[in-house]
Amino acid sequence: MKSHLLSTGDLTKGDALRVLDTAAELRSLADRPIKKLPTLRGRTVVNLFFEDSTRTRISFEAAAKRLSADVINFSAKGSSVSKGESLKDTALTLEAMGADAVVIRHGSSGAPHRLASSGWVRSSVINAGDGTHEHPTQALLDAFTMRRHLGDLDGRRVAIVGDVLHSRVARSNALLLSTLGAEVTLVAPPTLLPVGVSSWPVATSYDLDAALEKTDVVMMLRVQRERMNAAFFPSAREYSRRYGLDDRRFARLPDHAIVMHPGPMNRGMEIAANVADSHRSVIVEQVTNGVAVRMAVLYLLLSGADTTEHAAGEPTA
Amino acid sequence: MTTYLVTGASLLGSGSGDLLLADGHLGDPADAPPDAVRIDASGLVALPGLVDLHTHLREPGREDAETVESGSRAAARGGFTAVHAMANTEPVADTAGVVEQVWHLGQTAGYCDVRPVGAVTAGLTGQRLAELGAMADSAARVRVFSDDGVCVSDAVLMRRALEYVKAFDGVVAQHAQEPRLTEDAQMNEGTMSGVLGMQGWPAVAEEAIIARDCLLAGHVGSRLHICHVSTAGSVELIRWAKSKGWNVTAEVTPHHLLLTDELVASYDPIYKVNPPLRTADDVEALRAGLADGTIDCVATDHAPHPTEDKECEWAAAAMGMLGLETALSVVQAAMVDTGRLTWAEVADRMSVRPARIGRVSDQGQALETGSPANVVLVDPAATRAVEPADSASLSRNTPFRGMELPGAVVATFLHGRATVLDGKLQ
Repeated sequence: MKSHLLSTGDLTKGDALRVLDTAAELRSLADRPIKKLPTLRGRTVVNLFFEDSTRTRISFEAAAKRLSADVINFSAKGSSVSKGESLKDTALTLEAMGADAVVIRHGSSGAPHRLASSGWVRSSVINAGDGTHEHPTQALLDAFTMRRHLGDLDGRRVAIVGDVLHSRVARSNALLLSTLGAEVTLVAPPTLLPVGVSSWPVATSYDLDAALEKTDVVMMLRVQRERMNAAFFPSAREYSRRYGLDDRRFARLPDHAIVMHPGPMNRGMEIAANVADSHRSVIVEQVTNGVAVRMAVLYLLLSGADTTEHAAGEPTA
Repeated sequence: MTTYLVTGASLLGSGSGDLLLADGHLGDPADAPPDAVRIDASGLVALPGLVDLHTHLREPGREDAETVESGSRAAARGGFTAVHAMANTEPVADTAGVVEQVWHLGQTAGYCDVRPVGAVTAGLTGQRLAELGAMADSAARVRVFSDDGVCVSDAVLMRRALEYVKAFDGVVAQHAQEPRLTEDAQMNEGTMSGVLGMQGWPAVAEEAIIARDCLLAGHVGSRLHICHVSTAGSVELIRWAKSKGWNVTAEVTPHHLLLTDELVASYDPIYKVNPPLRTADDVEALRAGLADGTIDCVATDHAPHPTEDKECEWAAAAMGMLGLETALSVVQAAMVDTGRLTWAEVADRMSVRPARIGRVSDQGQALETGSPANVVLVDPAATRAVEPADSASLSRNTPFRGMELPGAVVATFLHGRATVLDGKLQ
């Protein structure tokens, strides 16, 4: 791995497997009464959240704390950022406080990249979701969850369904799952597929029913109802009829197939309540796995950075 | 006034000749007085002073980014003897008072002729026409009108503007950008925008307006100029409009001749510009269009911004790039060194035609006895790495920083007076 995690496109297959294998070891901690390791004692992780995302923030917070790191939560609301402070000044402030890793969530695509390449900070930058670009740790936890249920992802079929255009989860998953050898199909109405998607290492389809029959994983993306106001689709009901995972479609899934959703869900819109709560749904498990995967990312980025005890196969800066 | 005798210059890139600059005009070198300052121009190319149809000088209103003086110093260093100062200042240049102020500031600075562009609509709001006639009749004698920065998107208003400026031989310079198709747009819509997760800026948003305005110009028989053409489709449309005999002209910026949207992958807002950087195929079509004359001229769209407006995340950053000091070098790299334009054609695209479009009578003239002594001497063999801190502009937002570019302006003469000698401002 490099010294930052900005895009899953930067990960080689070896990098990705190292994260997933490390996460598998760390996941066993979750079932122990004492969940803490001393690995990152004395290191400081800053959660820099310019957008509200309680779920992602507490997942990173739990991950850092289970590795004994000090955690500083910096939320844009009510802080100097809401008073017009620039990303640069915020970054310089964090740097002055001695952050070893900055976990950044930002509404502007590329903001983590900017933070990592600008020279404003020396710390590792972890992208926790940037605009409509990427959300690499979500993709890693998704891949981790798939592996637990399906084993090796090589040749596995994954359908990612919904608002691909605006989804950072879809981008990160398309790149990562392809790297891991899975066959990804993006399913969406034509209005919600990006121009240029034909250059991605994935297949695309406008027809959810055709994609479902042979899939091993169906991942439903959150679709904002407001999108219909910009004419991406006519109405929430029509979207749901054509692209929602309802009971009827659920029944046609292969027996071994799993259902995923990055959350938060619009029950009744992109996914029916029965489906979300079914035995094939791994949505709650995704959350548990998220902590383990984020522990692995923090561990590999931070503990590998300035120690020599890690032999070959460990991350390089 | 100093008299200069320029010797051994390659006039428009061919042969070798002398130029006498006396009393603001070119004279017969045989008549050079003994006290004339001799400038050995062997190895240098002499061109008529460059004319920029599209410059943002930011004054009045944003004197932290640029002033008329600093911008015209940058222009002189780039070999320009005339620039057209865009109207999107604060206050907007939509009255005789503001355009006269800008014109006077240019006169006072004295580094190049500053020709104010008048706004088409009052306050650039696209609601009603600005007082175009008053600006045309003012001391600034405005002939180019533009809402640049925003598109005159209302078809009726655009039609009326095109018709109205006929009364004083004006031209409407359109910033072609269909507003609804480009809401929140950040970069060219294509492969890169999909990968980078950025709101796309489709080529059709530019081309749809160009098609409409060409049809309007043809319908009412007016002069239309298209600002900063950036797509292959736009070149095709302009080629078609010209084939109809309509009075349509167009410009391309240096950066659209050299840079592509691949650079946006850095997420560095130094590459954020309106219209956005496009693809390599677009760059190729723009070069071909400039070479065959479909695109009439190169215009810089020099757009200074203070550091803090670029030192931020992409979405928060301002759009625009510096261009005056690098324009000729970029054109040499993209067009001359690639064999697509001769130096004589560079003179046509960067001086003669833009002067004609802007109706600037004392610029863009042939290098012959009697012409105004607006001359630039270029060393085509020089190379330099672009260093933002060296700029005469108050701003530093050049996308060419660190690039090795060919060519250097050695001297610029404005109405016979040296504004640049030995590459240094006078």
